[in-house]
Amino acid sequence: MRVTESFRDEELLADVICRLIGDVRQNVRHVAVGAASPIPATAALLAREKGGGTPYVSLLGSRDHTFFTDGARELFDCAGQGRIDVFFLSGGQIDGAGNINLVSVGDYDHPKARFPGSFGSAYLYYVVPKVILFRVEHSRRTLVPKVDFISAPGGSPDNVFRPGGPVALVTNRCLFNFDRARRRFRLKSVHPGHSVEEVLDNTGFDFDRPDDVPVTPAPSANTLLLMRSVVAPMVAEVYPQFAKNVFGIEAAVPSS
Amino acid sequence: MPVIARTLDEALESIADGAMLAVPRESSGVPMAATRALIRRGVKNLHLVALPTSTLQADLLIGAGCIATLETSAVSLGEFGQAPRFTAAILGGTIRMLDATCPALHAQFQAAEKGVPFMPLRGLIGSDVLAHRLDWKVVDNPFGDNDPIVLLPALKPDVALFHAPLADRFGNVFVGTQRELIAMAHAAAKTIVTAEKLHDGDLLRDPVLAAGSLPGFYVEAIAVEPRGAWPLPLPDHYGIDAAHMTEYARLAATAEGFAEYLDTYVYEKRAA
Repeated sequence: MRVTESFRDEELLADVICRLIGDVRQNVRHVAVGAASPIPATAALLAREKGGGTPYVSLLGSRDHTFFTDGARELFDCAGQGRIDVFFLSGGQIDGAGNINLVSVGDYDHPKARFPGSFGSAYLYYVVPKVILFRVEHSRRTLVPKVDFISAPGGSPDNVFRPGGPVALVTNRCLFNFDRARRRFRLKSVHPGHSVEEVLDNTGFDFDRPDDVPVTPAPSANTLLLMRSVVAPMVAEVYPQFAKNVFGIEAAVPSS
Repeated sequence: MPVIARTLDEALESIADGAMLAVPRESSGVPMAATRALIRRGVKNLHLVALPTSTLQADLLIGAGCIATLETSAVSLGEFGQAPRFTAAILGGTIRMLDATCPALHAQFQAAEKGVPFMPLRGLIGSDVLAHRLDWKVVDNPFGDNDPIVLLPALKPDVALFHAPLADRFGNVFVGTQRELIAMAHAAAKTIVTAEKLHDGDLLRDPVLAAGSLPGFYVEAIAVEPRGAWPLPLPDHYGIDAAHMTEYARLAATAEGFAEYLDTYVYEKRAA
């Protein structure tokens, strides 16, 4: 019997996202990470460590891990020119056509719940070629048949400028790939300790799946070591609470 | 000629009730001391434009009843969770919300600083953000063929207000790489700055500092306010006060708790 090292959900998801970044390595020069994205930040920095310093990684809100000198707008100007290859988005709701909702539940003018807002999604989803969706909570509340508000659509008509869009959706239970031509998700793998039945029970939208669904590989000991010893202190600069909770690391910046 | 104000309240005098007030994102230097002073003064009916997002600042101003209209791309407390007063105001319908997306706000400020009426932007088509913005238009790219593109009107705030590391007696302000603060000042009719400290000399005479500085030409008033972004961070100077933010998130979860927060940290002026 093989002894596997124990790991946290966040570490598994960061490893899955890191491998998604790696899948497109030949075209990836620049990975950018937006607001409220500690797991993608961990994944992008891990990819850079594994790549010996490439790709470039730009973390929103970071002083140490960004090369932008032209203020908050440079990220968007860079993306508009096609200079960002990978970005990450989430949603209070995500539907089976890849539409994401970061705004509200129910009628927009009289909502039942309100999320922070669309951030840069209504632009970046269109212009960044590989957008990886992540939503830790995989439930019928989050993965819905149809979103109540489209912050950004999963696809666009042929005459709309749309070089970008979703490639995958990572949750705490599984990994889906996104088929842009069909505008549908396809179950790619189920994480260790979870099952296809559980994914079916907890997903509000229809998706495709192969007859035999593989298990998502667990992070290797080497990956976990790299993540915990090298990447975690970097993550702590932007996400001190996350780094503390997941990796037990205190931020180096003064907090008062 | 910009003035180094004797007091913070004096610097903020020209922010009138009903003004369109532009403020920056959390990581760029949020004028929190000035925000508390505006709440103490009882400013009303602001149209707050947060470029491009906000955290504690918008939440405090909303909770204190200072905001009529909020125009931004997102409000949360970041790692400290949802912004409770923002959320309550939206659910209760007590403020008018103009939902945007980050690059749209940057483009609208860029249009204003160039003195042109609008700026085109990619994306947005098919989004409900666009569907709810009657002030944004879709046109056919006049240089293209069947290529719809969104036009966004220039945004010209009455006042831009931010906190910066350094200012000098000539009104020049060092912002470093937080260059959207410069765009904000270019776009606004007036700019008011709180500064961490007064620079002895002329920022524009040092080429290294001048490259990251806003000329005093654009600046109406400056107040020197050490730790003026507290409890939010100031890049390269101090981090966020996590304990305070945790306390805020806990208190602001209810209207009563929020009132207690205001009594403790806003109305009773208290050193950081």
